[in-house]
Amino acid sequence: MSRAQAQDAVPPELRVRPVEAADLGQVIAIDTETTGIEKTDYWYELFHRYGGGRTRQRLFLVAESGSVIQGFIIGEVRDWEFGSAPCGWVFGLSVRASARLAGVGARLLDAICDGFRHAGVNKVRTLLARDNSLVLSFFRSQGMMAAPFIPLEKDLN
Amino acid sequence: MKLQKSTTLALFSVLEFAANPGRQLAAAEIAEKYGASTHHLAKVLRELGRAGLVESARGVGGGYRFSGNARRLTLMDVIELFEDISTRTGESDEFDQSSDVGRALGAVMAEVDEIAKATFRSITVDTMLKLIERQRRAAGNAQTASQG
Repeated sequence: MSRAQAQDAVPPELRVRPVEAADLGQVIAIDTETTGIEKTDYWYELFHRYGGGRTRQRLFLVAESGSVIQGFIIGEVRDWEFGSAPCGWVFGLSVRASARLAGVGARLLDAICDGFRHAGVNKVRTLLARDNSLVLSFFRSQGMMAAPFIPLEKDLN
Repeated sequence: MKLQKSTTLALFSVLEFAANPGRQLAAAEIAEKYGASTHHLAKVLRELGRAGLVESARGVGGGYRFSGNARRLTLMDVIELFEDISTRTGESDEFDQSSDVGRALGAVMAEVDEIAKATFRSITVDTMLKLIERQRRAAGNAQTASQG
C-alpha cells in the first residue's frame, strides 16, 4: 500500500470517544513516545479538568481500535481572549507512531470540530512550534491557515 | 522574503503538473499561462526533472508530467532546488550590521523570514491543490452570489 493510500485507509474499527480514566496509561505512553518526557501528574490533572465529558466547552477524546488507544486530542472553547470571539482551541494532539498515516489524526480533528460546533462556535485554532513541521503539515492538510494572531514571548529574568 | 523568478516559475509548474497528474502539459502552455519565456521555463523544468519531480513525455505532443509525491513534497523542497533560503537570516546584506539600527532592523527581518520558512516547510503540494480548489469554489460562489 502506498503512503497516499495509507493516509486514506482509516481502520474500519476505529472509534473516537471521550477519554476514560482507564485510558490514561496508554495516553501517557503515546505522549512519552512523542515528546520523550513522561508527565504522569500533568495527564491526571488534565483528565480531572477535561476528561469524562464534564462540559461541552472542554473536550478530551481518544481514538480506539480494539482495546488499543491509537491517539488523542484535547481542546476547549475559549472566550474573548484579547477581544477574539469564542472559538475552539486544540492544544494537544498525538497519534501512536505505528498508527500514523492512517487517518487517525483526521478522525480526531473531525470529532473535536463536531464537538466545538455543538458548543456553538464556528472557528477552530491551534498553536504550534514553527519547527514542528510534522504536525504543522497535518493541520495544513486539514485546511487550516495562518490565524490573524502573532505569538509573542520574552525571557523573564 | 522575495523569491527569484525561477523559483516562482518552478512552484507554478509543479502545481500545474500535480493538478493534472495523468496529463502531459507542454512547456509552452505553462509559459504562456504565467507570462514566462519558454527558454526560461525549459531551464526550470530541466532542474525539476533532475530532482525527479517532473518527467518529459515522449511521443505525439511531448510535454511533461508530474512524477513527485504530492503528499510529501513541500513548497520548501521545490524552493530549495533553486535558492538557499534555509540559511537566510534577514541580517545579511539588506541592512548594515555595523549600526544598532541596522542590527535591530535585521532582527525584525529575521523574524519575518523564520515565519516564511516555517510556512513553506509545512505546506505540501497536496495541501496546495486542496487550497487551490477551495479558492476556486469560493470564487465560483462569490460570482454566483453577485449574479443572483
